[in-house]
Amino acid sequence: MRLQDSWTVAMKDLSTFRRKSYILYSLIALPVILSVILPGSLLLSDKGGAMPAATLAQVLQAEFSILIILAAILPSVIGSYSFIGEKVEKSLEPLLATPASDEELLLGKCLAAFLPSLAATYVGAVLFMSISDALTYSQLRYLLFPNLTAGLTLFLTIPFACILSVEFSVIVSSRVNDIRAAQQLGALIILPMVLIFLLGETGTLAIDAAHLLLISGILFAGDLALAFVSRATFQREEILTKWK
Amino acid sequence: MPPMIEADALSKRFGNNTAVQNLTLRVDEGEVFGFLGPNGAGKTTTVRILCCLISKTSGEATVGGYQVGVREDQARIRGMVGILPENPGLYDDLSAYRNLDFYGRMYHCPDQKRGESVERLLRMLGLWERRDDLVGTFSKGMKQKVAIARALVHDPKVVFLDEPTANLDPESAKTTRDFILELKNEGRTIFLNTHNLDEAQRVCDRIGILKTSLVAVGSPGELRSSLWGRKTVVHLVRLTDGVLAAVKGLSYNGVEVVDGNKLVIDVKDPDDENPAIVRTILGAGGDVRFVTELRPTLEDIYLRLLKGGERGTAN
Repeated sequence: MRLQDSWTVAMKDLSTFRRKSYILYSLIALPVILSVILPGSLLLSDKGGAMPAATLAQVLQAEFSILIILAAILPSVIGSYSFIGEKVEKSLEPLLATPASDEELLLGKCLAAFLPSLAATYVGAVLFMSISDALTYSQLRYLLFPNLTAGLTLFLTIPFACILSVEFSVIVSSRVNDIRAAQQLGALIILPMVLIFLLGETGTLAIDAAHLLLISGILFAGDLALAFVSRATFQREEILTKWK
Repeated sequence: MPPMIEADALSKRFGNNTAVQNLTLRVDEGEVFGFLGPNGAGKTTTVRILCCLISKTSGEATVGGYQVGVREDQARIRGMVGILPENPGLYDDLSAYRNLDFYGRMYHCPDQKRGESVERLLRMLGLWERRDDLVGTFSKGMKQKVAIARALVHDPKVVFLDEPTANLDPESAKTTRDFILELKNEGRTIFLNTHNLDEAQRVCDRIGILKTSLVAVGSPGELRSSLWGRKTVVHLVRLTDGVLAAVKGLSYNGVEVVDGNKLVIDVKDPDDENPAIVRTILGAGGDVRFVTELRPTLEDIYLRLLKGGERGTAN
């Protein structure tokens, strides 16, 4: 497998994304909005410092899992363009005519959706942690972030959620012809992440290291399963003759 | 010399639908081979099979000596052919230079050679000054030129062109045809899918007519003589019964009266037979204005073959 070919495809896609304003806005706006508004609004609503320090830390920790949702949303925005955009512009056939293998092309396309999504999510995470620490230090007397739970979220759960979303985009792209429809269908992948967030917010599920490891394991299993399906979907003949 | 492209009983089925059936052909190195046929005849499917984009259902094919359908040969074949699909399929958000550079990289051209190749092609096609402009701002003709350059950026031995002048204005179409002739002069093997019979006649050494299976193959001249025969047209001042009877008396298979005063006669060798025909007419009291040869256009042959479902091989 020539990883250089995958990297060339990824770099080309990233160059085209730079000129797509809605992709840029999504990559910038979503992490900023979620990372600033969530901790900001929580702390604004608790002006008098009525919330006990332990509860405040627990709520912020639960809210941090919003980044898992973000990591799943962004690839659906980019991935749908990466595949459907090429299909609509009929630029897939010349790409498929190159000596690159199906796996190399698929990896390149997936990297193009994965890398900016992960980077934007990490930027959001840094913002979230910085704002939270800045606003809670006087009350907590210690820096809440970074911590083990946040580390597991950042380096296990978020990448696996991101990969799942990228793979789901490939499968969705093989069945629809419209970028918006692909984005809407692709967004279905966030439902499990929303469930995790809601369970954490309501206190039904403690967002701790053990649960994050379990969630990450499930996501990883999902990644493996969807990797087989997306690989089976992304084949030259399938794309040229059956992708509708 | 081994053929550059060879197909033997090549077939492709999509479910119950047969797209290509028992296609057998051979294209030599440096040859421009035109593939003619109506929509849905299987031209694009054939190109896709030969470029290893889709699989064959049965039969054999080789490109540049490599076997189509053999896993180890697929990348080699794709690396040695250039393809211009029906749609230019360029990246509108990238510049002309960046589009070509990207494909140069995908075809593993070394850095220096890639840069030289991109510059040479853009200069040849008159687009060097616009190299940094986004392709999305280009006209249809300019996009087609960039797409042709993309098919050549890695200096392929074989070039597949699928309807290269479709939807182009006459000037752009002419530029494209001239460029195809330049490629021919460079010794490349060109496989040209086209609806444009005039274009096929101008640039192709040989033509194959496809309607799911190959209906006929040969040079335009060979197709004419083998499938149409040669016809002498005698333009008379006035056609009389006596003249007609005298000509029919020469025992030609086909003698037809056209427009009241022209005789169209099927002949084998006009050089040999025309003097005898003229002598016969003059002997019967006819006055000959002039004698011409009826040369069917490629369109005449094409329509006759496709309507009649005739089968023929001119060589």
